[in-house]
Amino acid sequence: MFSLDSRSAKESQGFPRRRTLHDDMKQQLKTLLPKCPTGIQGLDEITGGGLPRGRPTLVCGGAGCGKTLLAAEFLVRGATQFGEPGVLMAFEETEKELKANVASLGFDLEGLVRRKQIVIDYVHVERSEVQESGEYDLEGLFVRLGHAIDSIGAKRVVLDTLEVLFASLPNEAILRSELRRLFRWLKDKNVTAVITAERGRESLTRHGLEEYVSDCVILLDHRVNDQIATRHLRVVKYRGALHGTNEFPFLIGDEGISVLPITSLSLNHKVSAERIATGIPRLDAMLGGRGFFRGSSILLTGTPGTGKTIVSANFAQAAARRGEQVLFFSFEESPDQIIRNMHSIGLRLEPLVKRGLLRFHSARPSLYGLEMHLATMFKEITTFKPQVVIIDPITSLMGSGTDSEGKGMVTRLIDYLKAGQMTSLFTSLTQGGHALQQSEAAMSSLMDSWLLLQDYEGNGERNRVLYVLKARGMAHSNQIREFLISDRGVDLVDAYIGPSGVLTGSARAAQGALEKAAGLSSQQEAARRKRELERKREAIERQISGLRSDYESETMELRRIDEQVGTSTLMLTSERTASGILRQADAKVADRTRGRARNGKTNS
Amino acid sequence: MKTNTLKRRAGAAPRRTAKLWQLRLYVMDQTPKSATAFANLKKFCETHLKGCYHIKVIDLLKQPQLAKGDQILAIPTVVRQLPKPVRTIIGNLSNIEPLLVGLDLRPSV
Repeated sequence: MFSLDSRSAKESQGFPRRRTLHDDMKQQLKTLLPKCPTGIQGLDEITGGGLPRGRPTLVCGGAGCGKTLLAAEFLVRGATQFGEPGVLMAFEETEKELKANVASLGFDLEGLVRRKQIVIDYVHVERSEVQESGEYDLEGLFVRLGHAIDSIGAKRVVLDTLEVLFASLPNEAILRSELRRLFRWLKDKNVTAVITAERGRESLTRHGLEEYVSDCVILLDHRVNDQIATRHLRVVKYRGALHGTNEFPFLIGDEGISVLPITSLSLNHKVSAERIATGIPRLDAMLGGRGFFRGSSILLTGTPGTGKTIVSANFAQAAARRGEQVLFFSFEESPDQIIRNMHSIGLRLEPLVKRGLLRFHSARPSLYGLEMHLATMFKEITTFKPQVVIIDPITSLMGSGTDSEGKGMVTRLIDYLKAGQMTSLFTSLTQGGHALQQSEAAMSSLMDSWLLLQDYEGNGERNRVLYVLKARGMAHSNQIREFLISDRGVDLVDAYIGPSGVLTGSARAAQGALEKAAGLSSQQEAARRKRELERKREAIERQISGLRSDYESETMELRRIDEQVGTSTLMLTSERTASGILRQADAKVADRTRGRARNGKTNS
Repeated sequence: MKTNTLKRRAGAAPRRTAKLWQLRLYVMDQTPKSATAFANLKKFCETHLKGCYHIKVIDLLKQPQLAKGDQILAIPTVVRQLPKPVRTIIGNLSNIEPLLVGLDLRPSV
């Protein structure tokens, strides 16, 4: 009884209390840790809203990994998007150099400075020009910074790169104590600060700045893997907030930095029940009669020359004819080449291109790294806003990175496309022989539908066949279809499936002819047998009628005989009577006695 | 100008020049620190540059915008505007030796 009570007490108090505590904590974190959105694509997602507001953040990394650009973008976006003016205190680059450098990202630093949204203060210290005599502090730096902040009411501050001071000021002890004071002062000023620092060998920064900046540390990295350089960003530390801890690739494009989270935090795309046609009626029929779902991802694998691009082009044409916008990424052929080639099978794409419904984007896969490809694709997609996206082929793109990078890229791309309700078709080139490679299988799990195009070799010819390997959420055909390409387009026909296996192409035609011939001969045979039977029957009938006539004639004969017998008896009797009359009339008596005597004799 | 300086250096004792020395002392607020720096500078100038120097004290608390022009980081800082080239010495000037070197009054060793 007691234990029951205590348990119920626990349940009634313990569990709810813990839950509310947790909620409180969350609430507190929300209220205690206001975030300062950076406006940098992807970074705000990873950090759950931005950098800690009113606190300094350390951005460290090796040479050329984009520290200054990240810091500059933080300021520029703050000024342009969030109405927060900023101060950039540069220790390495002059104002002019900085302006020129960030102009390549499309940032008009010059204009922002003119409109008093950003102040740039270049701090120049040269050790050889400075003599030290006695005690000093860095109040000058504070004054300059304070003045810059106050002059425009700045909310954001960037110090790039503070560590230069270590090289220019001889007294490290003073410097360290002053830096500690600086960061405290920045917090008191309630500005969100970004401090960049060079990466150290052992520690995060060369001079141990992480010791002073403890709220948020972001590490940038520039690695070369297989001749392709990729930048990575990692939030090493974010005090009091949940953050993505993984290494995220990021890019410096012509619109600034974009961090690309490999794994989307949630898997909650809106889905559509609308179906869209593939442009090949028989294929629609195979897919439950109505084609693919809108917003689904489709994988089309095939060995070389099986018609992947043709299926894609058909799909593109069908979508464009419905008035949808189609973006065709081609990594192997130029747009003109695709248009020309499709013309040969009766697909006319150029009017669609002219009407702006179909857009091609061709690039060599080896042109740049995966991340850059992904970024350019994202950019194209955001500007063109297509309903259908085709990537032909995804494999050559994945070849320019490692397997895991490739998969990560596809995941991100699919995530992105699905979030935008865009239908995506990926073609994938497989080597001959084994149609399903491991990477395919790995990629296929991300796809909603999977079509397989394959070659069938035999009889000295190769024929294309198509399977629907999977189609999530619809009843689909399990049948193999022969895929025919002619100058009037593509068509799917039933392949011959019989005891000798699947027959395609001329073998299918031959088999057809064979069956036709067999049918004909069996017909003839039946006719012959029928005729024979007919004849037999006729013969029998003839026999029957002969027999019948025999029978009848014999009956006649019989009757005649009967008649003959009758008349002769009659004649005989009459003759006898006549002769008896003629002989004597006692014949009767004599007869009677003769009869009596004869009778007595017999009696005795 | 440079050769003049070199010539001056050649002499063992600091020589008085006809040119006027223009010195700026950057301080922050009227603190004992600032006062010490000013006193040290004054004493130095009286010893080495008697009669041909001019000290301008700039209080950055009142004129913070001036800090940028002379690239002031540390406080106190003495900047020699004239004669050229511009020289910068940081600290409260309690140590005479680097001050002499910094102001080209004695060749560094």
